[in-house]
Amino acid sequence: MKITVNGSSHEIDAPDDMPLLWAIRDRLKLTGTKYGCGVAQCGACTVMVDGQPKRSCVTPLKFAAGHDITTIEGMDGAEFEAIQTAWRAIDVPQCGFCQSGQVMTATALLKEKPAPSDTDIDNALAGNICRCATYVRIRQAVRDAADTLEA
Amino acid sequence: MRMPAVVNIVRTASLAAVLGVALLGNAQATEIDADQQLKGPEAFEHIEDETERSRAMFKEAGKVIQHPRCVNCHPVSDTPRQGMDMRPHEPPVVRGPDNHGAPGMVCSTCHQPENVDSAGNGVPGNPNWHLAPRSMAWYGKSLAEICTQIKDQDRNGGMDMDELIHHMAEDSLVGWGWNPGGDRTPVPGTQEKFGELFAAWAHSGAHCPAE
Amino acid sequence: MSVTTTSLSRRDFLRSAAWGSAGLVIAMALPGRGRAATMDTQAANSSLIASDAAGFAPNAFVRIAPDDTVTVLIKHIEFGQGPFTGLSTLVAEELDADWSQMRAASAPANAELYKNFAFGMQGTGGSTAIANSYMQMRKAGATARVMLVQAAAEQWSVPVGEISVDKGRISHAGSDKSAGFGEFAEAAAKLDPPEDVALKKAGDFRLIGTDVPKLDTNIKTNGEALFTQDLHHDDMLTVVVAHPPQFGATMKSVDASAAKSTPGVVDVQPIPTGIAVYAQDTWSALQGRRALKVSWDTARAETRSTREITDAYRQRAQQPGRKAASRGKPEQGGDGLAKTLTAEYSFPYLAHAPMETLDCVIHAKDGAVESWFGSQLQTGDQGTMAEILGVKPAQVSIHTMYAGGSFGRRAQPGSPFAAEAAHVAKAHAKSRPLKLVWTREDDIQGGWYRPLNVHRLSGGVDADGNVALWDQTIVGQSIFSGSAFAAMIKDGIDPSSVEGAEDLPYGIPNFRVTLHDGEAGVPILWWRSVGHTHTAYSTETFVDELLEMAGKGPVEGRLAMLGEHPRHAGVLKAVADLAGGLDASESGRARGVAVHKSFGSYVAQIAEVSQNEDRTPKVHKVWCAVDCGVAVNPNVIRAQMEGGIGFGLGAALYNEITLEEGGRVAQANFDRYRSLRIHEMPDVEVTIVTSDEDPTGVGEPGVPPIAPALANAWRRLTGDAIRDLPFVKIS
Repeated sequence: MKITVNGSSHEIDAPDDMPLLWAIRDRLKLTGTKYGCGVAQCGACTVMVDGQPKRSCVTPLKFAAGHDITTIEGMDGAEFEAIQTAWRAIDVPQCGFCQSGQVMTATALLKEKPAPSDTDIDNALAGNICRCATYVRIRQAVRDAADTLEA
Repeated sequence: MRMPAVVNIVRTASLAAVLGVALLGNAQATEIDADQQLKGPEAFEHIEDETERSRAMFKEAGKVIQHPRCVNCHPVSDTPRQGMDMRPHEPPVVRGPDNHGAPGMVCSTCHQPENVDSAGNGVPGNPNWHLAPRSMAWYGKSLAEICTQIKDQDRNGGMDMDELIHHMAEDSLVGWGWNPGGDRTPVPGTQEKFGELFAAWAHSGAHCPAE
Repeated sequence: MSVTTTSLSRRDFLRSAAWGSAGLVIAMALPGRGRAATMDTQAANSSLIASDAAGFAPNAFVRIAPDDTVTVLIKHIEFGQGPFTGLSTLVAEELDADWSQMRAASAPANAELYKNFAFGMQGTGGSTAIANSYMQMRKAGATARVMLVQAAAEQWSVPVGEISVDKGRISHAGSDKSAGFGEFAEAAAKLDPPEDVALKKAGDFRLIGTDVPKLDTNIKTNGEALFTQDLHHDDMLTVVVAHPPQFGATMKSVDASAAKSTPGVVDVQPIPTGIAVYAQDTWSALQGRRALKVSWDTARAETRSTREITDAYRQRAQQPGRKAASRGKPEQGGDGLAKTLTAEYSFPYLAHAPMETLDCVIHAKDGAVESWFGSQLQTGDQGTMAEILGVKPAQVSIHTMYAGGSFGRRAQPGSPFAAEAAHVAKAHAKSRPLKLVWTREDDIQGGWYRPLNVHRLSGGVDADGNVALWDQTIVGQSIFSGSAFAAMIKDGIDPSSVEGAEDLPYGIPNFRVTLHDGEAGVPILWWRSVGHTHTAYSTETFVDELLEMAGKGPVEGRLAMLGEHPRHAGVLKAVADLAGGLDASESGRARGVAVHKSFGSYVAQIAEVSQNEDRTPKVHKVWCAVDCGVAVNPNVIRAQMEGGIGFGLGAALYNEITLEEGGRVAQANFDRYRSLRIHEMPDVEVTIVTSDEDPTGVGEPGVPPIAPALANAWRRLTGDAIRDLPFVKIS
């Protein structure tokens, strides 16, 4: 299977039903994308596929091939930078394990809705579990990032 | 608003009323479960009165239409349900501006073009996975209400009867109900037979059941 | 590609300029990410080996490099509760370092150097990291400062007393000389450490008490932080284990032929906890495990359902158990009292479900063992792995990795997970790095739960409206029994079963708490705040009902009984002030309060609650007051209160592990073992009560009050007292 990740093309010798998550982590050694549940419940494995957030743990390679995949290591752009800055300013992470996924989803939200309401934030991020429950700060950081983009 | 069947019940005495509703919902699902057969139009030829025949065929089609596999994504609210017990979709999702999810959490964030069963029971899929529009809400409604709704072009997405027949018989997302993947219970019969039944209903005057 | 941590010595690490080598090491594991040059050294925590002293290493905790960076070796695992930042703050304070030059890294496993003074061995738990390190780390920093100053004085030929240190600069005003720490690192390393050092007075603190940015935030925001799950070595295999479906069941026979012919699978071996499948990658290992055909021997398995276990506990709760605390004449019961109340509570088994499931990289080679994982009780894990692999404990090195949460799960008396990793290594014929990974299903169904508990309380109010009777019986499995902590059981009472109940702060004249050890074949463990997870709930909801019977307000009534406990009263008053009392902000809502001390810290919370459309509780806001002594980092304290509230709320609303008929666990993943999600997270406002007391922990104490505060609000709102957790039943 040939997949394009962060702008580079990679030949992956694997069955076509292998989830993208394991190709990214075990084969390409891009480990910012995490395994948390394997069944699209927690969002820790979120990557961008053609600019849309996808749970890589339930995305078979056959549906990833031919698409433009971006992991957190390959993210850039105004929304991503605003999210990174906002996250750091108020020390959002605790254990940090879910945060790649949170950041990916938050960035996807801001790309589509630069000025999200609190409900928009909840709707986008309800699929990303944080067992440390850093949700108060995630919500605040998304608001802060949106304010930065607006300014 | 209707309560979810079985799930999310707060275990307090004051919620007995809620429990009652929930149990009714469940009974409905179980009854459908027991009869996995779907009769074709030929099974109704003996009914001489066309109106009665038409109504009977729609009631038979109701085995499909009111099946949890179908109703789960025809919610009254903005959130789908899942499973034969019609529990709220987990993780929580909303229909969003175009019935394909909210910005940052669209249906295709998790649902692939086809069923993915690699992860245990996996995630069901279709290229066009999405919620039925709010005007096509079926959850908690009687078959008569659903029937009227299906015929109403203001509420059915502007489809005339031919388009409706095509939709029921050919649409691949409708067809997912017969191929749900994993250990999910499919809706009864086949899409082809359902299409024939629906067409026969339409051609017999498209009469709706009384209740 | 591989992480070459095995060959990277401490000396190599220090010799390289600007700590760059650590970044390079990580970069080798992560081809193509292109940002390795900016890698923060914290990500390389696993590659530090502290024994080989170079640069300036005045003690086991402080390393000062020629480039001025100060690395603090942290003896406590970092899984979000903040010891990397907190302990570094203590060193930086006494060292008069600038915060920007501070780094943190995990200390190696070495009980002599890095023991937790609360345990007598190396480990993290009981919210002790700051409390037991407070003086130790300050002295470590102060010692380094004295030696740097002495080295500067000698080099500049000026009196020690004329030298000042400020924000990482050593200065002599008279000669207008100034330099960074690195310049004197080599000279200071040749000096003898002072026997005793003076510490700052609290009034002179510059960093303690401020919100210094957390050291691990950057790399935990951009995906660069390395967890055990992220490690790859050349020739490494990934291993998953098929565990029995009931607790106590064992393998009868296995047909591994299909598993062995699964592409990518290299080996299949029985181990004591199940059948290990070794493969080239995680996916292949999982496919191989699915292909196993195992039959299990359930003769000694726990086959009862949780319903049956709960019923058995309820029976036992009808009679008092062993006495944990008693005063007055509680055995006389409600005789002569104006009003009495009896209530039974049940608390389910709870899984910890940290975001990162259990995992471990282990490599047994040439009579030594090297391991990388989120070890929380390093000394026990080290000894266990050594015994299984036939080496001395000193031959087992543990690189304590960042861990994706724990909530108690990684602190294992008896070290069952480290043992499984060791057995996985032992069973495979070839010496090579092995990464053992538990899936989420393994985690949720794998046991070591917060024990199921039943409480029975009887109480009464006298004719004057005072709470005059409190008689509590607790039934639950002992966590300490049979563990390395068994010595803490006194007179048959496991303190972790009754903590928070036997020390009830309220001045009630007739008082008793008794305990039955519940029997069940389900492996159990402490879970963030341990016994307080259930005792805070039963005591704080029961007192709320008694006060209502007595016609007293929840805050005023509690305060009237807290005469002997000013710090309880302090946080209670503080939270009432913060929230503006117990009147809800709008109709359709109600507020409830709870106050509870755990692990030396005092926390009171007020929750404002309404009903969702589906009649489940909606928590809008939580006000929280905490007294944890000196507040080392208020930002981290607030974060731990916020997180503790969310964690405790999710459990109270949704969480229960149930065993079905036959003993199988009904839940397997986050769909039915439901975590709190962002839309259910209340706003949280925290106030920290000013205190000069020595600091106490904050990792756990934020958890206990939220469930009873919610329950008290819910009862006020709906009239329903919830006595069987969780609030919401998920099918």
